Amino acid sequence: MSATLIQHALLLSLALFAIGVVGVFLRRNVITVFMCVELMLNAVNLAFVAFSRSWGTLDGQVLVFFVLTVAAAEAAVGLAIIIAVHRNKDTLDVDAFDLMKW
Amino acid sequence: MTLDAILFYVFGALALVGALAMVAQRNPTYSAFALILTLVSLSAVFGLLGSPFIAVLQVIVYAGAIMVLFLFVLMLLNVKAEAREKGSGVPFRLLGVALGVVLVAEMGSVLAAFRHPLAGDFDASAIEVAYLLFSPQYLYVFEATSVLILAALVGAVALARRDPAP
Repeated sequence: MSATLIQHALLLSLALFAIGVVGVFLRRNVITVFMCVELMLNAVNLAFVAFSRSWGTLDGQVLVFFVLTVAAAEAAVGLAIIIAVHRNKDTLDVDAFDLMKW
Repeated sequence: MTLDAILFYVFGALALVGALAMVAQRNPTYSAFALILTLVSLSAVFGLLGSPFIAVLQVIVYAGAIMVLFLFVLMLLNVKAEAREKGSGVPFRLLGVALGVVLVAEMGSVLAAFRHPLAGDFDASAIEVAYLLFSPQYLYVFEATSVLILAALVGAVALARRDPAP
């Protein structure tokens, strides 16, 4: 375990976050877009854990715990919304979800 | 290179492969499986970075609960693979990729400049994390989290119900 490894963990977190962002822009299926958001949350978790290791404090890990709970709540509500919209629109294409667009 | 470092790079590479496979897939079910690969590899990375508690939570909550929820909805809705690109919105997609590149450049320049001497080994067992979690510093946030979970639970049931309340 060395400081270089922490830096590489941060760069891995950056790469995962960027892949998530690109996925949100590229994918059309709303569930895949949602999974990309989960990936971005996980990339942030990795950064928290790396910083926690770097400073030798546990606050980063407690924050990861909160991110985890928020992600779980978000997944439950988001998937319920997806089910409700799919029932009305019969599609999962994000471009079809324009009910609240002006 | 120590065994820890080798394992770190192996699991880090696996996480990257899983993430790329997830974004490249057209079929959301395969995307979900690729994401599970990423999450489990990241759990190993968390363990190697000295947070066994978070590593276990990652497997149980993320790879277990959340991804099962995703797969459950995928099966429920009988999702098919995305149709081929119809050519609409291509400029926006290019703009999206360009913005992603800008983001990587910005965050990369910040993260690459991160220099901090590594702290010595520290005790990050579940009980230590729990002590901090229930300390006055985080106690109210923790309680607020339980309210959030309750709200999400009620919201999910109310949203997914077939007949809206009269």
